[in-house]
Amino acid sequence: MAFKGVLRPGLIQIRVLNMDEAINHYQNILGLNLVSKETDGRVYFKGWDEFDHHSVVLRQSESAGLDYVAFKVDSNDYLKEVEPKIVAWGLEVDHVPAGEQPGVGPRIGFTLPTGHRIELYHEIDLAENTPGTVNPDIYPARPHGMGASRFDHLLCYGPDIGKAREFFCDVLDFYQPEKVDMPEGDGSLAIWLTASNKAHDIAFVEHETPGKLHHVAFLLQDWNEVGAAADIISINDVSLDIGPTRHGITRGQTIYFFDPSGNRNEVYAGGYTAYPDHPVRTWDFDHVGKGIFYHERVLNDRFLTVLT
Amino acid sequence: MRYHITIENSAESFRCSDDQTLLRGMESLGKRGIPVGCRGGGCGVCKIQVTSGTYLKKKMNRTVISEVDESNHVVLACRCVPTSDISLSVVGKMEKSLFAQQTVDPSKGSVLSQSSDLSVRRAP
Repeated sequence: MAFKGVLRPGLIQIRVLNMDEAINHYQNILGLNLVSKETDGRVYFKGWDEFDHHSVVLRQSESAGLDYVAFKVDSNDYLKEVEPKIVAWGLEVDHVPAGEQPGVGPRIGFTLPTGHRIELYHEIDLAENTPGTVNPDIYPARPHGMGASRFDHLLCYGPDIGKAREFFCDVLDFYQPEKVDMPEGDGSLAIWLTASNKAHDIAFVEHETPGKLHHVAFLLQDWNEVGAAADIISINDVSLDIGPTRHGITRGQTIYFFDPSGNRNEVYAGGYTAYPDHPVRTWDFDHVGKGIFYHERVLNDRFLTVLT
Repeated sequence: MRYHITIENSAESFRCSDDQTLLRGMESLGKRGIPVGCRGGGCGVCKIQVTSGTYLKKKMNRTVISEVDESNHVVLACRCVPTSDISLSVVGKMEKSLFAQQTVDPSKGSVLSQSSDLSVRRAP
């Protein structure tokens, strides 16, 4: 197997203000499958094309935002091997016991200099309702709502993103397909990082306040589905941010909107296939408006500064 | 029932029905004055102080509206539905993005003059 170590961002836990409204949004609007409601109040979801038990966890709270994102790794051996490397790099590692989430094995966790909690895990049960594996049909049941097929990536805002790049690339063997440079001197204002062939598994924008969430993204199949998502947003009077449009960066076709607690969601399709040997794509300040929104070609304060 | 909403900072006013939030009422009529962010009580940019009038409110992110804020009628316009005529002042603001700050920073001279006009354009 050529694809080793970190496989993908597999779990994300998001804080919401009102669980009933959030369930309606993530289940009926985005079209995720509700897996279970647990006694501690957390609610678990998965996309129709995901094999694992769940991928999205909602927790009702007094505040909105990101609790953590967890990356699935290829083995328990990798978890054991990588832990001392994380410690040696300078982060404190804690352990979350198996069963803290239904169907999920032990996890290790740490907080980046950007203020975001990252976790790694290997064991997770297969979902009851997986995509087919024997003479498989194209989907187990026709997707509903926007038909989000999987949790795909997230964008985090926080300080010192250069350290985040160093950590992900040096310790977890990610690479950087794309970046926006500072106008002067060294460093980047925004970075896109991946452990896979996707243009990004996680991205960061330099920002004063640590630990902020810009958006959580879900995959659609094509541009037509992005258009249908826009219709669903209007039919259900969902808070729209921007789109349908396209990114120059990653080339994804996209629409952004907010969940009922103000957490930004994206559904997107397309984007290029990344390889670790490809040169880094770089945007300078003269062209960053086009990089962010390829059709509009202007910067947008709400998109760039509204966070949870 | 529709109520008269006055934004003191800008002397803008609009009619808002009792089934709409103050922010939605403003936006849907194409009025301006209160910054529009997530519309879900999360981001805090539509923070206002209600100086007169009554309203019903939904849960707001504690990170952006404290209990003291709430008791002083400092709330989020996206979470409040009017139950009378209301006068309010705008407290929140849309931050400039680091992207735009960088491009228009006067200490950096006129680098990027080509894009600076675009970069400072506000969200509609």
